[in-house]
Amino acid sequence: MEQRVLIIDERDNVAVALEDISAGTEILLPDGRKIRSVSDIPYSHKVSLAALSAGDTVMKYGEAIGRAAADIEMGEWVHSHNLEPMEEM
Amino acid sequence: MDTFLGYERTNGSVGVRNHVAVIPTVACANGVVGLIAREAPGAVPLFHGHGCGRAGRDLELHVRTLTNLAKHPNVGAVLVVGLGCEVITAEFLASAIEESGKSVQSVVIQEEGGSLKSAAKGKGVALGLIESVGEQERAEIGIDRLVLGLECGGSDAFSGITANPAVGVVADRLVEKGGTVILTENTEMIGTSHILERRACTPDVAAEVKSMIQTAEQRTRDILGPFASMVIAPGNMDGGMSSIQEKSLGCIAKGGTSSIMQVVDYAGVPSSKGLVLMDAPGYDTESTAGLAASGAQVILFTTGQGNPMGFPLVPVIKIASTSRLYRSMEDDMDINAGAVLEGRSLSDVAESIIKLLCRVLGGELSKAEKNEQGGIACLYVTGPSF
Repeated sequence: MEQRVLIIDERDNVAVALEDISAGTEILLPDGRKIRSVSDIPYSHKVSLAALSAGDTVMKYGEAIGRAAADIEMGEWVHSHNLEPMEEM
Repeated sequence: MDTFLGYERTNGSVGVRNHVAVIPTVACANGVVGLIAREAPGAVPLFHGHGCGRAGRDLELHVRTLTNLAKHPNVGAVLVVGLGCEVITAEFLASAIEESGKSVQSVVIQEEGGSLKSAAKGKGVALGLIESVGEQERAEIGIDRLVLGLECGGSDAFSGITANPAVGVVADRLVEKGGTVILTENTEMIGTSHILERRACTPDVAAEVKSMIQTAEQRTRDILGPFASMVIAPGNMDGGMSSIQEKSLGCIAKGGTSSIMQVVDYAGVPSSKGLVLMDAPGYDTESTAGLAASGAQVILFTTGQGNPMGFPLVPVIKIASTSRLYRSMEDDMDINAGAVLEGRSLSDVAESIIKLLCRVLGGELSKAEKNEQGGIACLYVTGPSF
């Protein structure tokens, strides 16, 4: 089953879930590529579009929104548990 | 989107409305302004709560805001209503307006002998001004003379995904065509200083961006103390915001991607075209008044939870972040950017905003105008009164 996500900027390596996506779901990207979710991704949360290593920059809006706090798989939920802010606020 | 039909003003600005504004110099004159506006249909009252009891920075701020609101391009003529003993006098305000070439007249309550006599005189003056501005016709104007104000209020988790990026596409389009876009609400820029500094056109402008956001962050911490994290930290983790950068990026997405050409003070009129930042807080009513005073002829206002407010002199266009909000408050919402969540592209929604914007510039009323959501002008204050 295909699930819709929104990619805001072409430089982004995360997309926004437009509905609750459960683990193991095939996700169709706007460019025709397909990825598979490896975790549950809640509505309006982020899913990784690529395999990221700890320390890699997470991009949304074409800008860095933080760094991967751990290795992140393609199709994995990205949130405060595996993303750390770019600088101490 | 190359031209629109507007009103040429003698000082070189262009209005998209031809209002006769009835402006109290001080809050004590609001009642008489109300009486006049009731008796002279078409006159637009600009109620506010200031004009006296302040000095220094706030007095300077309020003089600039009231003067620039009175000189607003959407205003064809002004009736100033003074009390007589206030700090910002009718004589002072009228002479500042006159310098801009705008037709202005004054009524002073203590000189006329009270509210009813002042209202009766004011009614006659206002009706005369309405008749005289009614003679001016719209002319074809290049879109490069448009100043677009941007605002968000009552945001939700989708504002930064649907409504704000769609408005950003509109902002970029206007900048490409030589127009001016004003992005404000510095509280919503905390955490993105490095990004906005990078986009500044010169190192000096970058330094001004940095200083404005640093001050906003410090002020937020000073006011909120231990609760500052409610603003400074991600607003709603349940909505999927994972960092302050992500939250603020969603807000500044309204400004699009162009270079930042200038930073202006609250209610300051930009001298540059292109994207300009204005130093105003996140509080919707105060930043909207600041945008109007800085000469924005129209404001695009995104909302997630649903905010119906407009502004007396300026058409405000409401852009809903979700279809759910659009449907529940359709009387107040002009555009449904929530369609992005159902598969419509951002550029498609931006195209709808541009089409409506062009119609509103030409005279079609936005929903906030139809619903008479002008309310009162809330002027920014930095300290207590005496």
